[in-house]
Amino acid sequence: MPVPDGAVLSRRGEIVAALRRIVPGEGVIADPTSLRAYESDGLTAYRQVPLVVVLPETTAQVSEVLRWCNEAGVKVVPRGSGTSLSGGALPLEDGVLLGLSKFNQVLDIDYDSRVAVVQPGVTNLAITRAVEDRGFYYAPDPSSQIACSIGGNVAENSGGVHCLKYGLTTNNVLGVEMVMMDGEVVRLGGQHLDPAGLDLLGIVVGSEGLLGVVTEVTVRILPKPQTARALLLGFDTVERAGQCVADVIAAGIIPAGMEMMDRPAIHAAEAFVHAGYPLDVEALLIVELDGAHAECDYLVEQVAKMATINGAVTSRVSTSEEERLAFWAGRKAAFPAVGRISPDYYCMDGTIPRRRLPEVLRRMAALSDHYGLKVANVFHAGDGNLHPLILYDANQPGELERAEDFGADILRLCVEVGGVLTGEHGVGVEKRDLMGTMFTDIDLAHQQRVKCAFDPNLLLNPGKVFPTLHRCAEMGRMHIHHGAVPFPDLPRF
Amino acid sequence: MADQKILRANGTDELVEAIGQAAARGQRLEVRGGGTKSAIGRPGRDTTLLQIQGFDTVTDYDGPELVLTAGASTPLAKIQTLLAQNNQMLAFEPFDHAVLFGLAPAATLGGVIAAGVSGSRRLTAGAVRDHFLGLRGVSGRGEAFMGGAKVVKNVTGYDLPKLLANSWGQLAVMTEVTLKVLPRPQTVQTVVLSGLDERQACLVMGQALGSQADVAAAAHLPADINGGLALTALRLEGFEPSVKARVQMVLEQFKATAPCDILPTEASALLWEQVQHASVLQETGTLKGEGALWRINVPPMAGSQVIERLKPFGARCLLDWAGGLVWALLPMTDEAKGVRDVASTLGGHAMLIRAPQALRLSIPTQQPLAPGVAALTQRIKDGFDPKAILDPERFI
Repeated sequence: MPVPDGAVLSRRGEIVAALRRIVPGEGVIADPTSLRAYESDGLTAYRQVPLVVVLPETTAQVSEVLRWCNEAGVKVVPRGSGTSLSGGALPLEDGVLLGLSKFNQVLDIDYDSRVAVVQPGVTNLAITRAVEDRGFYYAPDPSSQIACSIGGNVAENSGGVHCLKYGLTTNNVLGVEMVMMDGEVVRLGGQHLDPAGLDLLGIVVGSEGLLGVVTEVTVRILPKPQTARALLLGFDTVERAGQCVADVIAAGIIPAGMEMMDRPAIHAAEAFVHAGYPLDVEALLIVELDGAHAECDYLVEQVAKMATINGAVTSRVSTSEEERLAFWAGRKAAFPAVGRISPDYYCMDGTIPRRRLPEVLRRMAALSDHYGLKVANVFHAGDGNLHPLILYDANQPGELERAEDFGADILRLCVEVGGVLTGEHGVGVEKRDLMGTMFTDIDLAHQQRVKCAFDPNLLLNPGKVFPTLHRCAEMGRMHIHHGAVPFPDLPRF
Repeated sequence: MADQKILRANGTDELVEAIGQAAARGQRLEVRGGGTKSAIGRPGRDTTLLQIQGFDTVTDYDGPELVLTAGASTPLAKIQTLLAQNNQMLAFEPFDHAVLFGLAPAATLGGVIAAGVSGSRRLTAGAVRDHFLGLRGVSGRGEAFMGGAKVVKNVTGYDLPKLLANSWGQLAVMTEVTLKVLPRPQTVQTVVLSGLDERQACLVMGQALGSQADVAAAAHLPADINGGLALTALRLEGFEPSVKARVQMVLEQFKATAPCDILPTEASALLWEQVQHASVLQETGTLKGEGALWRINVPPMAGSQVIERLKPFGARCLLDWAGGLVWALLPMTDEAKGVRDVASTLGGHAMLIRAPQALRLSIPTQQPLAPGVAALTQRIKDGFDPKAILDPERFI
C-alpha cells in the first residue's frame, strides 16, 4: 500500500472534527475499538485500521465529505458491506473510510418499465426480496448476495452463478447517481437504454471505487422464469465433463447456470452438507435450465442425452424444487466446506478459455505438488471462470506466503493460456501487482487516464487496481521509449 | 467532399505512425471503415480521411467458447455469414446504416461497435457494449494499446471496451475486436396485435416483457405508417417446443386486448428488418427522402408520449425496444429544438441520424450532455486524444 502520509496522520483530530461538522452524531467513528470492525473486508489476510470512519446518510453529505477531503488532500476509501474478496475496501492508515451502510432504502420500483431505483447500501438479495411478490427478481447473484450491497456490486461488477445467461452487474445496471472526489454530483445513464455520448456508466461499473462514490443505482428487474430444473452429472474424467459443457453450448443451449467441481471440492462439499453427491467421480457438473415448462422439459432431455454421449457415470434430473436446491446446496456451500477441512483457504478467480481446462487443471496439480499445498476447484464452467481454493494453515510459518505464491502462479497460468486474472472478484490489492502479466505499461496508462479524468489528485481508493499510480500531470506527456522520442523527424515545440 | 485528403493505414505500425504524425501536426482525422455512417454528424469538418483497411482477418473463432476475435475492418456481413454457418449470431443485432443512406452494404465490425449500433433484440440481449469483450487499438496519442480480454467473463482493470463502444472513434482507432457470440435461435415467431394506439401498445409491450413468455423484442407500428392498421409485434425466439408454448402464453395473455395473429418465420424476419432499418417510415420504401430522421431513446413508457408530442410536427414514428426507442421522421427540419426538448423532458436523448446539411450544421447531432458529464467526457477525450485530432467537431 502507499506509504502513509505522516502529515495526514498528525492532522487526525482536525480531520475528525471536520467530518463531525458534516455528518453529526454517530455518523463519525473515531474510537479505536469501534474502528476495528472496519479493518478488513472479505479478504481477511489483509488488515488495516482506518484513520476514521464516516457514515453519511445523504448525497449532500457524501458530496461535502469528498469535497472537504479533496481540498484537504486526504485519501478516501469507499465501502459497501465489506464483502470484497480482493481487498477493494481495505482501509488506509491515513485515509477516511466512507461507509454507505446508511443508504439502505429501495426508492422506487416501476414494474411497467421493469426497473428498480435503490440506494447503494441495499443488499443484492434485498432487491429481489422487494420485487418477488410481483414475480420479479434481480438477476446477478454473487454468493455473498445476502450481505453484499448493490453499491459494492457496481464497484466490483459482481457476477454469480447465473451470469452466463443473465450477465454481470454491468449488464443489469441502467444508471447511477455518483459523487466525484471534488464533490460534484453526476448522473450517468438513467431509465432509458444507451447513453448520448461516451458510456461513462460502463466504465464506472467495475472501477473498484476509484472513480466516484455511487449514491443511487437504477437496475433492471426481470420476470422470474416459470420454472427451473437442474441436472447433476458425474464424470470419471475432467475432459469428459469439459466436452459435455462444450457440447451443450455448441447445441445452442445457454443454461441458467453450469457449474463444475473437481474431486476434492466434491468430497469437501458432500462431507459438509450431505447433498448426495457421488464420491467416485473426478468431475461433477450441475446444469440448470430455466424458462417456460416446455423449454425446461425439452432442454433437460437434450442435456441428459449429451451427458450420456460423453459417458456420464451419474445423471440425475431434479424432479422437484427441493431436489433442485439440494443439487445446488453442495456447490453453494463449497467455500465453507473447504474451510472445514482446512484451517484457511485462499480463493482465486481467474478466467480461462474453457477448452484449456484439462491442461490448466493438470498444471495446477503440478503446482500443488511443488508448493506442498492442496487445492480444490469449483468452476463456473459455462464462462470459464475458475475458483481454485488453495488450502493452507496461516499458523504454520511461511504457509500464507506459499499460498499467495501458488495463487499468483495459477493466475499467471490463466493469463498464459489466454485468460485473465479475475473474472468477478476484482483486482483490488490482491492482484494489483500481477496486472503487468496481462497489460503493458501503455495499456495501464490508458486505463489510468480514465482515473485521472475522474480523480486527478488520486485520492479515491489509492493502492487498488494499479500497481503504480503515476501523477496525472505525468500522464499527459508524450510517451518516450527508452529515451528515444517517437517520430524523431517531426518538429517539436 | 471531393477534395478531402485521404490517408491509408495498413497494419498497426502504419497506423501508429499516421496517428502520431497527425498528433504532432495537429492534423484532424476522420476515421473511416466502410463509410456507411459518413453522413452522420456535422458536415464540412476540416479533416483528413484516415481509411482503415487490411484489418479484416478473423483471428480466432471457436463457437463453443462463445468468442470471436477479428480485425476491426472486417465487413459486418462477412462476420454474420460466418456465424450463421455455425448457428451463432451477434445477439445485439447490429445492422448496416448503408440502407438509410442509399449506399451499398459496407458496414465493418469496428464501425458498428464504434457507433454503438444495436437492433431490436438490444431490448433483452443487451447492446454492443454488453457483447464487446476486448480490443486492440491506437489512441489519439499514437500509442498502440489493448483493453478488455478474449474471454466472456472478465473484470481485470477498467472496462475500456465499454468506453470505446459508441465513442465514434473519438478516443482511439480500433484494429482488433473481440465479441461475445451466442447461439442463433432455432425458431422465430412473432405475435402481432392489431389496432392498438401508442399508449396501449406501450402498456402491452411492458406487460409482455414482464410476463414469463420471455419475449425477445417488441415494436409498434402506428396506424399512420402501416396503411391505417396499427401493429404491435412481440418476437419469440428459441427452441421450437419452447417457442410454441410461449406463443400460446402471449396469445392467452392478450386475446381479450386486441385481435392477435402469428407471423411465420419469413414474414417475421421481413417485419423486423423493416423495423430495424426504420424503412417502414418511408412510404416509398426507401429512406432517401427529405426531412430529418431521428433516433430517440427514452424510458419505455415514455415512447407513446414522444409520438404524441411530435405528431403536431407531422412526424411519422415507429416504436422499438418496447417503446424505449423512437424512430421519428420529420418532414420539416426546423423543429429540431422541439425534438430535443421532448427527449430531455421525458428523461432521454435524441440523435439526428439523417438530415440535410443545413440542419446538421445548425445543431449538434447528439443531444448535448449535462455540464458535469460533458466536462468529464472532455477530460477523458483529453487523456486519449490530447491534441484533439480524432474528429472532435463531428458532434459539436
